[in-house]
Amino acid sequence: MRRIVPVSDRTVETPSTVTLRFVDDRPAAPGQFVMLWVPGDDEIPMSLSYVGPRKGVTVKVMGATSRHIQGISPGTPLGIRGPYGNAFDLTPHRVLLVAGGSGAAVLAPAAEALGARGGEVEVALGATTASELLFEERFAAMGAAVHVATDDGSRGERGFVTRLVGGLLDRGRFDAVWTCGPEVMMQKVIAAAQGSGVPVVCSVERWMKCALGLCDACALGPFHVCVDGPVFPAERLSPIPEFGHTKHDAAGRRVPG
Amino acid sequence: MADLSTRVAGLALRNPFLLASGIWGETGESLRGAYEAGAGGVITKSIGRAPRTGYPNPTVEMYDRWGFLNAMGLPNPGIGEYPREIAIARAAGAPVIGSVFGHDAEEFAELAEAMEGAGVAALELNLSCPHAEGLGAEIGSEPEAVERITRAVVSRTRLPVIAKLTPNTHDIAALARAAERGGASAVSAINTVRGMAIDVHLRRPTLAHGMGGLSGPAIKPVGLACVFQIHRAVRIPVIGVGGIVTAEDALEYLLAGARAVQIGTAVALDGIGVFGTLVRDLGRRLDELGVAGLEELIGAAHRTEAASSGTGDAL
Repeated sequence: MRRIVPVSDRTVETPSTVTLRFVDDRPAAPGQFVMLWVPGDDEIPMSLSYVGPRKGVTVKVMGATSRHIQGISPGTPLGIRGPYGNAFDLTPHRVLLVAGGSGAAVLAPAAEALGARGGEVEVALGATTASELLFEERFAAMGAAVHVATDDGSRGERGFVTRLVGGLLDRGRFDAVWTCGPEVMMQKVIAAAQGSGVPVVCSVERWMKCALGLCDACALGPFHVCVDGPVFPAERLSPIPEFGHTKHDAAGRRVPG
Repeated sequence: MADLSTRVAGLALRNPFLLASGIWGETGESLRGAYEAGAGGVITKSIGRAPRTGYPNPTVEMYDRWGFLNAMGLPNPGIGEYPREIAIARAAGAPVIGSVFGHDAEEFAELAEAMEGAGVAALELNLSCPHAEGLGAEIGSEPEAVERITRAVVSRTRLPVIAKLTPNTHDIAALARAAERGGASAVSAINTVRGMAIDVHLRRPTLAHGMGGLSGPAIKPVGLACVFQIHRAVRIPVIGVGGIVTAEDALEYLLAGARAVQIGTAVALDGIGVFGTLVRDLGRRLDELGVAGLEELIGAAHRTEAASSGTGDAL
């Protein structure tokens, strides 16, 4: 199930984010993830930021392993297993994407797949600062309107991207909202969409070990993110007390997340 | 429909299918989920004295549908935090068996007391993890250690004690006899079979820990042989585990002498719905066989086999 693929390209997307591309012909759908093994280091779950035969992962520095992964040069062998998990339902026609930080990595291929089916997106893109805005040009290249917010006000609206959501939904006629980012952000997106009648779909991140639905490392309430997710309709997440509050650490302790 | 209920180690179970330790079982919600999916009872992740992160990834290797190799390294939140998870599962009515691991008899006994305090219905001693230094099979392959640890736990709790045994030994029946001498109410057999995987391209083991434990259909014949031998060697009941995916697999274990069985890898192969499928299919098979309950089947292969060759090694 695991195959070894050399890195074909490395692209610095932002000061903290790097994309690695590799050739892998397994079919994948936007929203799915792979377990990415750096031989000699860890194996980590990574959503695919490119889902075609030339796949890609877009890695943000979170810890030692992601820092190591970012420094990998073309030609370096990586272990890949998957793709795992579910995907975005591409039946809505007009979708509002709300991306916080590296959340754009999973929403970009979903937007491209929707566009290929004749759908259209509008994007609310947030980051800490202007230089950290991820895939702004990629979204613009699809012809999408991109609305920007930065925590420090260096680009677009000052503050969290969630401030844009209410206004966009008021003007928008959207069939769905797709969001990926910190869980507190996604909770605010859900709250902002409440009453609009527009369903919200979230892509959730959890630490994983097996990615096969066995080990319980990614348990989230009654779900296992590796097999039941990572894409969930908001109404399935909102009742779960951990959502937006706690995650499991590698020992299985519930820790603030 | 046939009656699938069974009794083992003082537990009255609605059916013989237990969630094996290490599968789900980190959270109370998952234990509850397995019970609600149809499991007769649930066994917790093996819990130790302190939080333990386990080994780095890669921790698993999956071989299509026939085998699953893992070296998790006993990750667990520690006994201090775990009772809340047990409470969630108990609130749903699930019979919860608390699995514990330790370095010595005293540690096992302390954990057993804490598990009793948390309200579990029985204990399973993990004397058989194949890839943890100074833990599991490293102590559980010595009959003296199995007896000593079992006796220490039995002396410190009123709960039924189940010793989970390793197949990575030349004489698993000796381990079962040691557990029986120590006062165990039952034994579980088998834990995973030691194994490893090597990536040819990289010329290195794929699991971060190197050594792991193999589970899944590949080890069913090993498990069956162990259960068969143990059933012959001791009077206490056996819980069969190893490669059970279908009701037919479970029937084989029952015939070998198991009074209950544990389900692990099948959850990865077929999802948690496998419990519902096993219950339905086992009921149908019993009806087809004209069997009213499990009692008639448990150990029946020994009665048939008694007339023929013996229990020794293959020629």
